Amino acid sequence: MNHLDRLESKSIFIIREAYKKFRKIGMLWSIGKDSTTMLWLAKKAFYGRVPFPVIYIDTGLHFKEMYEFRDECVKKWGLKLIVSKNYEEAERRGIGPEAKLECCTVRKTEALKKTIAEYKFEALLLGIRRDEHGIRAKERVFSPRNRDFMWDYKDQPPELWDQFKTRKEGEQHLRVHPLLHWTELDIWEYIKREKLPVNPLYFAKKGKRYRSLGCMPCTSPVESEADTVDKIINEVKESKVAERSGRAQDKEEANAMQKLRALGYM
Amino acid sequence: MENLKLVIVGHVDHGKSTLIGRLFYDTDSLPEGRIEEIREICEALGKELEFAYVMDHLEEERDQGITIDTAQTFFRTKKRQYTIIDAPGHVEFLKNMITGASQAEAAILIVDVNEGVQEQTRRHAYILSLLGLDQVIVVMNKMDLINYKEEMYDEVKKELLKFLESININPTYVIPISAKGGDFIAKKTRNLSWYDGPTVLEALDTFKTKNSPRDKPLRFPVQDVYKYDKRISVGRIESGIIRVGDKIKILPSGEETIVKSIAEYMKENVMQAEAGKSTGIVTQDKVFVDRGDVITHLEDLPVITDTINAHIFWMDKQPFKKPERLLFKCATQEVMCSIEKIERVIDSSTLRLLRRDADEIRNREVADTVIKTEKPVVVEDFNKIQELGRFVLQRKDTCAGGIITNIQKE
Repeated sequence: MNHLDRLESKSIFIIREAYKKFRKIGMLWSIGKDSTTMLWLAKKAFYGRVPFPVIYIDTGLHFKEMYEFRDECVKKWGLKLIVSKNYEEAERRGIGPEAKLECCTVRKTEALKKTIAEYKFEALLLGIRRDEHGIRAKERVFSPRNRDFMWDYKDQPPELWDQFKTRKEGEQHLRVHPLLHWTELDIWEYIKREKLPVNPLYFAKKGKRYRSLGCMPCTSPVESEADTVDKIINEVKESKVAERSGRAQDKEEANAMQKLRALGYM
Repeated sequence: MENLKLVIVGHVDHGKSTLIGRLFYDTDSLPEGRIEEIREICEALGKELEFAYVMDHLEEERDQGITIDTAQTFFRTKKRQYTIIDAPGHVEFLKNMITGASQAEAAILIVDVNEGVQEQTRRHAYILSLLGLDQVIVVMNKMDLINYKEEMYDEVKKELLKFLESININPTYVIPISAKGGDFIAKKTRNLSWYDGPTVLEALDTFKTKNSPRDKPLRFPVQDVYKYDKRISVGRIESGIIRVGDKIKILPSGEETIVKSIAEYMKENVMQAEAGKSTGIVTQDKVFVDRGDVITHLEDLPVITDTINAHIFWMDKQPFKKPERLLFKCATQEVMCSIEKIERVIDSSTLRLLRRDADEIRNREVADTVIKTEKPVVVEDFNKIQELGRFVLQRKDTCAGGIITNIQKE
């Protein structure tokens, strides 16, 4: 078994464990490279069927290529799609990108809250990785959220030898992170090996490409000539720029990501 | 690329986070602008540039200057990629330290040469020993504060090695460093010209990655059974290799059958699967298989018992008191248990015997116990197959970890 085989097996183990322990489970799918990889791992775990719905949070501000890619994958992979949204409220209250963190909270976190309440999800699978952001580096694989969706990052349960917190008692829901141990480079090497579909926004056009996808107003492309998966792999190997450097919410203020995540952000 | 998971442990303030920051800086692994960003935060807080901020990401951690929770991050050398696990050194956060250390293949134990061996130095070393980590290097930090003199290094080294010997840890190297100054992390500097050993990076590159044991007897704990067009028993092979046509036994029932096929998505004619692999098998006969069963070959069998001798380390504020019942989780097995006997309770730092034949185990104490499970479980001695020789005890959350020492056969 090589490095990618080991990463894959660990992720499949986590996904199967979550499915065994929580019947009301959904997978958050942002259409990005990570959660699309996670979706593929779920297909592998369950022999082609994805036995739970995938949840797409529509902020009303995504790129049109994201919606197109979403619909293609849903058709090709036979997915049960739930579209979670709260942007009508944001629009009614006039909360847009200039409101920064509040905009993220209303359009994403609040939308997810409504969906969890509607479908009574006990656990959600999320494609976050430790190398993306320092605050995500501190996550557990199975991570509880309380009734108010809060992440008690100061008192997380111990997690030893792949024995996870699989009993939900009083917590609102559990976040399950099957890709926590992958890096950006691992993801691209795996996409290449498994020949996974890639959103065209990741490929360079006119000297720029998106390295991380989010809402249009708050995501900017990076300088790049990488227009194939191979070229992206080389670029990531050499890069000295943070993956999420194009994501506004990461740099808003000191500890912005911590504040967002404590409130239930992904 | 090959990846090695490395935990950095030691007493609070002995310089773990600084060492990590330095490893990143010296291997040129920090993203552009990161140092500037950290410099700005430090200035805003009225502090000198702190490498520790590379890892300490929580607001509370930065304000208080301590690591609260374990974090993992990555850096690359020419040889391989490293996952660095930063473990908190404060006694309050021991469960976070154990969470970090339990995922590592190798460890760096850091000691402030001025302060010498402290409470958490001993406790962390002891935890490494309990977890079975045998690739350890010691770094003697803050050599700059004693003008890089050899005498103090020798003195602390002597004391530490004596302690480590008593818990069966034999460090590969004891390296004098200054994480702050960058001596002997990536570069050999003249400050320490009397020391002729390797740098930290050179020492790390001598470690070996720990792959799942494919050369040991087959242990395939069943995680779930999927009833698709075929009945597929899925799980991760913890040790050994399973092949199509193999005669297998399902434990604890003891039923025997043959592997008809190995099921993997979009792959035909898979003939074998080895340790570490998440896979699925279809059996020739209709046998009853369920989560928690362990599939083995017909020979070289594990132990089936309801009585287990184990070292356990308690990591919950709320102590264990007899006759509380707890959930025993080992591989995919889950069964209620009681701790029947607490033979000895010891202090995890001083290793002093606290109580014999006790009724209670408190936070951070280690105990020799006899555990009685409500149904027989399939286990191993930790020294034979770790994956089935370790377990956790859970209330709402995990409250203890355990290592199986002497198995009593039924």
